[in-house]
Amino acid sequence: MNWPLEAFLSFMAAGAFGVIFNTPRRTLISCGLVGMSGWLIYRIFFLTFDDPVQASFAGAFVVSIVAHLLAKKFRMPMIIFSIAGIIPLVPGSKAYNAMRKIVENNYLEAIAFASEAMMISGAVAMGLVFAEVIMQLFFKRQAKRIQKKMGLTQD
Amino acid sequence: MAQIGETRRELALDCFLLAGRIMMESGAETYRVEDTMIRMAVSQNMINSHCFVTPSGIMFSPSEELATRFVRINNRSTDLERVALINSVSRKLVAGEYTLQQAYDEMLIIDQTNYRFHIWIQILAAAVASGCFFILLGGNWKDLPFAFVFGGTGFIIVETILIETRVKIFAEFTGSFVIGILASIAVYTGFASDLDTLIIGSIMPLVPGLLITNAVRDLMAGHFMSGLSKGAEAFLTAFAIGAGIAVVLSF
Repeated sequence: MNWPLEAFLSFMAAGAFGVIFNTPRRTLISCGLVGMSGWLIYRIFFLTFDDPVQASFAGAFVVSIVAHLLAKKFRMPMIIFSIAGIIPLVPGSKAYNAMRKIVENNYLEAIAFASEAMMISGAVAMGLVFAEVIMQLFFKRQAKRIQKKMGLTQD
Repeated sequence: MAQIGETRRELALDCFLLAGRIMMESGAETYRVEDTMIRMAVSQNMINSHCFVTPSGIMFSPSEELATRFVRINNRSTDLERVALINSVSRKLVAGEYTLQQAYDEMLIIDQTNYRFHIWIQILAAAVASGCFFILLGGNWKDLPFAFVFGGTGFIIVETILIETRVKIFAEFTGSFVIGILASIAVYTGFASDLDTLIIGSIMPLVPGLLITNAVRDLMAGHFMSGLSKGAEAFLTAFAIGAGIAVVLSF
C-alpha cells in the first residue's frame, strides 16, 4: 500500500473531474482535496474492515462533510465540491463484473456482483444523506436566524 | 406590493425565470433552484410566491393577482461555474447590493458567455482521470498509457456525437463500445495485459456521477418527480455504457 501515491492519484483524478464538470477555477484544488479525503477514508476502512459497503458509506460521509464545510467557506453551492469526490466511490468494477458474467451466461455470479454494486451505491447515497442531516442539525440555529432575517419562516 | 410598478414586476419575473433556467440547464439540484428563486422573490417583496421545478420545465407563480409563468428547459449539461455565478448574483440581489436591473443584465451576460474549458483541456482531463483510476483500481504501470489514451478517446467520441446528434444514450453506447474494442485489441495483440481494469479505468469519465448525486439529494429533499427522472437518466446512462462494453465482451 503506497499512501502518498494513492493520495496524489485520487487528488489528480478528482481535479480532472472538476475540469470536465467545469467547476470554478479557484475551487479546483479544493475539489481535488475532497476527492482525496473521500478515497483515503474509503481505502483505510476497506483495508481495516474488509467490507466495501461500510467503506463506501464512510467515504461518502466524509466527502459530504468536507464538501459542506468548503461550500460554507467559499459561499458556493455544495454540489460543486461533492460531485468530484463521489465519483471514485461509484462501484464501477462491480457493475462491470456483473455485466461480464451476464455476457458469459453466468447468471448466478452476475446476481452476486450486481447486488453488491446495488449495496455499494445505496451505501454511498446513505452516506450523503447522513452527512447532510448531521450538518443541517449542526447549522440549524444559524440557518434559522438567516431565514428569519429574510422572512422565510414558512418552511 | 402596491409600490411595485407593472414593468418592474415583469422584469422581476423574467429575472427569476432566467436564473432558474440557467441553473437547471447547468446541472444544479432542483431544490436549490427552487430555493434560489423563492429567496429572490422574497427579496423583491413577493412574499406569497410558489415555484415548481422539474428537469424539463419551471413554473413560477408570483402571487394571487399576477399570472403564472412557465419556462421550458431543453438541453441540460454540466457547467458548475454557471451555477456558482448565478448563485453569487442571487446572493447579491438578496443582500441588496444589486438592483433588479443590474442582476438581470448580469444574468443575461452569464447566459451568453461560454465558461467551459477548451475542449482539448477537457479531453486531457478525461485522459488524466482514466489513468489515475486505472492505477488506483490496481492496474500495472506498463498499461498506463493505454488507459490514458482510451479514456481520452472515449470522451472525444461521446462529446462529438453529443454535438452532432444530441442523443445521449447513443453517444455513451458508442463511446464505451469503442473503448471496449480498443482495449480488446490492445490486450489480444499483447501490448496490454489486464483487460478488465483497462476497460473500467477508461470508462470512468463517462460515469453519471453528477446525476446520481443530484437524484439522491433531490429525493431526500422531497422532490420525487425530479429525483426519479434524474435517477432514470442516470440508469439509462449506466445501461448504455454497460451495453456498449457487453457487445464487445460477447465476441
